[in-house]
Amino acid sequence: MNSGLVMYEEEFRLIAGICDRLTRDANAKVVFLVDKNGQLIASSGQAQNLDTTSLASLTAGNVAAMGGLAKLIGEKEFPNQFHEGERESLHMSIVAGRVVLVVIFDAKSSLGLVRLRVKKAGEELARVFEVLARKQATPGAQSPFAEITDDDIDNLFSE
Amino acid sequence: MSFINYSSREINCKIVYYGPGLCGKTTNLQYVYAKTNPDAKGKMISLATETERTLFFDFLPLSLGEIRGFKTRFHLYTVPGQVFYDASRKLILKGVDGVVFVADSQIERMEANLESLENLRVNLGEQGYDLDRLPYVIQYNKRDLPNVATVEELRRMLNPRIVPEFQAVAPTGVGVFDTLKAVAKLVLTELKKGG
Repeated sequence: MNSGLVMYEEEFRLIAGICDRLTRDANAKVVFLVDKNGQLIASSGQAQNLDTTSLASLTAGNVAAMGGLAKLIGEKEFPNQFHEGERESLHMSIVAGRVVLVVIFDAKSSLGLVRLRVKKAGEELARVFEVLARKQATPGAQSPFAEITDDDIDNLFSE
Repeated sequence: MSFINYSSREINCKIVYYGPGLCGKTTNLQYVYAKTNPDAKGKMISLATETERTLFFDFLPLSLGEIRGFKTRFHLYTVPGQVFYDASRKLILKGVDGVVFVADSQIERMEANLESLENLRVNLGEQGYDLDRLPYVIQYNKRDLPNVATVEELRRMLNPRIVPEFQAVAPTGVGVFDTLKAVAKLVLTELKKGG
């Protein structure tokens, strides 16, 4: 059960830095990074007006559905997806097999630029996730929940 | 597959409501949504057909409060109950931390309950999960209807392992929060063990 994702301060800073840079380099409106299970990991750009929790869950749903479609036609998955809107478009890219890098952009950018920058950022992110995976696999990596008591859990429900 | 974020000091868990078509999974979520303090919930998303049957999933993010300085968040999902949406159901189970099986108490739905429960086992198995090892509770819903099986019958058919079970009338909220709290507790207890 402990195969869930664990994010540490140091890696989070690296990831946030990569997302910030991608937002600038790709002229994007928003960049966010989502776990394939629907958890938001990081966001950058004009994300404050967006419901990022919903975005994360729907992104994961979409990637999962497209993955299902891919398998039906004999592909492993669709690592890159592009959805074109009237004003804003969305590019999704699977990184390190387990997270999804999403870029929202408008006419100030272009699909070509976004793809180019996403490729580079994706490679950088993959390296960070490799480090995270190693850290998590290290024996002695403790769950912060290892020391909570039954009372702590009960208190959560006491109101 | 919980997500523990030391940076934002958050822990996120995924709970899936499973069960046959029209058993009240979405109604459970709608009740939780309606009765939760606005600060503690995000937007509820329903990907449904025009006749409001769940097509892909419903999603409701909830914050429960803090444990030892970690914000505890639960993401509640329902699956589509109709038999032919099996592909979507499988996708939703990815990364699940806890399962609620919502059974329809009506006698004529017993077969559908059994089929759905078997389908849950198979689909979890495909993702590498074992229902007997996951945090898991059962809800006997629609207890207000006239033609319902007794709890003993339901238990015998659906709950041989005697996991925590709750009687519910989801539209009025009877049993809804008891069910949610029970599964959330099991999930947190599992996280504690999982260190």
